Amino acid sequence: MRLEVEIASKTFKSAAGEQHDVIAGVAFALNAGEVGVLVGPSGCGKSTMLRILAGLDPDFQGRVSRPAGARIGFVFQEPRLLPWRSVEENVRLAAPLADEPKLSALFEILELKAHRNHFPGELSLGLARRVALARAFAVEPEFLILDEPLASLDAALASRLRDEIAMLIDGRSVMTLLVTHDVDDAVRLGDRVILLSPRPARVLADLPIRTPRGARGEVEIAAIKSEIMRRIDGCPTKQGGS
Amino acid sequence: MARLLSFAMFVAIWWIASLFAGDAKLPPPPTVLTAMIAEARSGNLFFHLGATLARVTLAFTLAMALGTAIGYLMGRVRLADRLGDPWLILLLNLPALVAIVLAYIWAGLTEVAAIAAIAINKLPTAVVTLREGARALDAALDEMATVFALPRWSRFRHVILPQLSPYIAAAARSGLSLVWKIVLVAELLGRPNGVGFEIGVAFQLFDIPLLLAYSLSFAAVVLLIETLLVQPFEARSSRWRPRAA
Repeated sequence: MRLEVEIASKTFKSAAGEQHDVIAGVAFALNAGEVGVLVGPSGCGKSTMLRILAGLDPDFQGRVSRPAGARIGFVFQEPRLLPWRSVEENVRLAAPLADEPKLSALFEILELKAHRNHFPGELSLGLARRVALARAFAVEPEFLILDEPLASLDAALASRLRDEIAMLIDGRSVMTLLVTHDVDDAVRLGDRVILLSPRPARVLADLPIRTPRGARGEVEIAAIKSEIMRRIDGCPTKQGGS
Repeated sequence: MARLLSFAMFVAIWWIASLFAGDAKLPPPPTVLTAMIAEARSGNLFFHLGATLARVTLAFTLAMALGTAIGYLMGRVRLADRLGDPWLILLLNLPALVAIVLAYIWAGLTEVAAIAAIAINKLPTAVVTLREGARALDAALDEMATVFALPRWSRFRHVILPQLSPYIAAAARSGLSLVWKIVLVAELLGRPNGVGFEIGVAFQLFDIPLLLAYSLSFAAVVLLIETLLVQPFEARSSRWRPRAA
């Protein structure tokens, strides 16, 4: 299982008929069991890229190679749950083969045990995200895609959910692609950090992190972060906005 | 409780009005009730109500099934929409009477002609409503279903159908009332039985108690179906929505 991405360009046509370049040359590869993190400013085309990688958008110049028929687990930025089905049904519909012990283990880790029979409309954003995560892990994915899974949660909640994600990923060594604009999340979760420029997106740097996730000390994390910040600031087009 | 009160008020207003209008024009409730009981005893009432109900059921089912399929197609496929739109506008504005008379001329005074004419009247409104529903389908959920490779049937049943169900309920509700109205006209013009036929007879004989007996029994059946079938379905399909105050 290996993912190879070479997207030469991707353009959008806006409603007014103008052409917008979203991606201008992104190439990277990801090995089995590796956690790649795409880091870039908001609006730089990260979500567009994920849609291409998941096979949802065939309209681009370039090449994406991943094993055909690989099971994908996708955590969208908005949870995208079926509002008319309960939490448990939402997970089971995506993963009809998942058995009860596996589901209870997932619900246990993601603190969803009490919410199995609730409808998504009754959940907070943080809980709805957890359901989306449970759904993605329940399918036993070969390729896991996480689009800003920690965005718009308060700091305490985000860090707890980050630990839960790390625990789930460590337990199954699945090829994972995580998208975030937060450098801290990137360094704590990733095996490899891929820095993207503002729109149209290009790869600024592709930095592997050698130390395993669990063994990274605060000092090392700080060092990697400052290295990443240096790379971002060093690029000719400065990171704007966030 | 409120419903009972509302019903009692209806009877009271009717009774008072009959005092002013006179027995010949508006007979009081007991007279009509007597006529109703006599018709029920002879079995006529149930026979005619049954005939009408059977026509309503067939025409309604036919129009809903076809209308849902065509509406979904027109909402999802641009070409189908452009091809179907002129037909839809024509059918929407076709007077019920024209459809019924033409059906009887072309297909004879048959059951098939009556049911087809009723269904044709209801079809376009179902198409229009379902087309809106299909246009409003959430693309984000479609993508989710694609990524997680939901099987066709599961996708239809759990992703698409729940999104369409409010539209189906709306089409059923408005369509049912349309069918109730039209079925009597179709029966009056070309059927030897049914509530519409009996009302036609009562009209020719100026038998007002009989006319009211059939009209009110018919209204009672409509109300019953509305409370027992349509409303529970609506409540069920919107069970997941956070309750409004």
